[in-house]
Amino acid sequence: MNIINIENISKVYQVGTEEIHAIRDISVKIDKNEYVAIMGPSGSGKSTLMNMIGCLDTPTSGIYELNGNNVSQMSDNDLARVRNKEIGFVFQTFNLLPRSNALHNVELPLIYAGIPTAERRQKAREALEKVGLGDRIFHKPNELSGGQRQRVAVARALVSSPSIILADEPTGNLDSKTGEEIMLLFNEIYENGNTIILVTHEEYIAEHAARILRIKDGLVEADEEVKNRYIPNTKK
Amino acid sequence: MLNFLYELKEGLMIALMAIRANKVRSILTTLGIVIGVASVVLMSTAIKGIDNAFQEGISSLGSDVLYIDRWEWFSNTEWWKIRKRPNITYEEFEKFKSMVKLPLAVAPTLWTSQTIKKGENALEDILVTGTTSEYIRTTNMSFSAGRFFSDIEGKASRYVCVLGSEIANSLFSRENAIEKVIKIGGFDFKVVGILEKQGSYMLGGMNPDNQIYLPMGTVQKHFVTTFARSITINVRAAGTGLVSETKEESIGAMRKVRGLSHSEENNFSVNQQEGLTQNYDSTVGIIQIAGLFITGLSLFVGAIGIMNIMFVSVKERTKEIGIRKAIGAKRRTILMQFLMESSIICLLGGLIGLILAVILSMVVNQYLPTSVQFDAVVIAIVVSLITGVLAGLAPAYKAAKLDPVFALRYE
Repeated sequence: MNIINIENISKVYQVGTEEIHAIRDISVKIDKNEYVAIMGPSGSGKSTLMNMIGCLDTPTSGIYELNGNNVSQMSDNDLARVRNKEIGFVFQTFNLLPRSNALHNVELPLIYAGIPTAERRQKAREALEKVGLGDRIFHKPNELSGGQRQRVAVARALVSSPSIILADEPTGNLDSKTGEEIMLLFNEIYENGNTIILVTHEEYIAEHAARILRIKDGLVEADEEVKNRYIPNTKK
Repeated sequence: MLNFLYELKEGLMIALMAIRANKVRSILTTLGIVIGVASVVLMSTAIKGIDNAFQEGISSLGSDVLYIDRWEWFSNTEWWKIRKRPNITYEEFEKFKSMVKLPLAVAPTLWTSQTIKKGENALEDILVTGTTSEYIRTTNMSFSAGRFFSDIEGKASRYVCVLGSEIANSLFSRENAIEKVIKIGGFDFKVVGILEKQGSYMLGGMNPDNQIYLPMGTVQKHFVTTFARSITINVRAAGTGLVSETKEESIGAMRKVRGLSHSEENNFSVNQQEGLTQNYDSTVGIIQIAGLFITGLSLFVGAIGIMNIMFVSVKERTKEIGIRKAIGAKRRTILMQFLMESSIICLLGGLIGLILAVILSMVVNQYLPTSVQFDAVVIAIVVSLITGVLAGLAPAYKAAKLDPVFALRYE
């Protein structure tokens, strides 16, 4: 069974009197433990597609099945629950809560899932250790470097053991060296059995993935396997 | 259920963090509620205090006492009719007294206003009441020193007097007044008794603490006659249950004394404390409503301030709301988060306002009677909580409805 089964979805926005077809007709199947990069120029609809996949928005038409559940027409509350349990987001701008420390940021999905305090703290701690920040769990975001912040975001994305990790330009706000560290982290996560969907406009980043989906004008232009995956060197 | 509790706790934490992060803003916002709650509580304690003082005051009049007089306390009768009525004379009183069987005590009172002197000390316009020795049995007053004048002293119209506590304090601040002589209206009188403080300053000049009691005969001889002024007959019923019957009997007796035929109306009035209470109640009722309305208005203004700030707060935290929603916060979670924030600000304001009101009421107590009610405390807390929830509702709802995609993109 595919983790993601998207059939003929479209997304139309009403802006004033105009209709904007952000997505015209996209179908895509993604299996468990795939590493997919979604690429496309500005306005191609890749952000909209990402929002669909991440259940932040619903398609105007078509079907989206996540883990066998049809999420295309779910209510807001149900979508929230799906996001909480099945999706782990990593954003370009990190999107951490600035006034909470790393531990609390990572705990957040578990709080919304109703996990008891002790178990929650434990899981959050483990997630932070997995990304190499075990000694900084009480730091606030402004006490962390860009790379460290993104690591916290990754830990948060992983903490509820989601079906898919959805990363939107995760290295966009990082320098190349730090960016590479993050891509290394993603590789580890991939090799641990997770499914990763990466949205990027950089060819170089896209080639870390095993499959590239090219979007243009709201349609799938190409769906190719990456022949020579770029695997980052392990840090010293 | 557990879910809900965790979200509640998270909401609480967020609310406290937000308040701490914007201390000045939170204080200014709370100020509106503080003033609103303080004024509501202060008003209700002042009204209650005045009410208590009044009750205390008129209780000295006795709920079981009837006052038969020419004049009516609360006029339902045409004024010209009352004007035509004759004054009650001492002879009429004596006849009346011999006819009634039910009362516990019957005494006449005739008042005059005189200047009291002791040495260099002079008190002007003091209410001097002429009465009989039985008068004391028509009241609940007790003595702090001495006694009322006796039957013999009364009948013989001796130059003896009984002082109210305030008069005694003014004239004899450091010494014992008993057996001392004071001048009343130019004549010497010996003090035989001092009444205990009745504390009914609501009655003003009529306050028993500010009165002096003399034998009726002495007053009639030197100061005033029933030609000029009517005697009031104080009739004490043998119990509050017997008041109606006693009233019936008294009216009957008085009519006989006056020689009224069946068709003629009473040419006298029978007044009661009850009438005073009713009149007071309706007046105070209106003051209470008006007062509460006005102070409630200030609370309303405070609530508007809260709502305003909450809207700003929501706007400011749009991105944060987007993040939380992306992570899985449901609409009601966001709703609760902001409702908690506004509720806590209001609750804090309410508590501060309450404390302020209590302190202020202690200050005001110097001039006006106040009494802090327990239910005022409960009301203050409940009202501020409700205000918090209501004021925060619109902004919180707006926050809950934010589209996560839009919110995440917001800078």
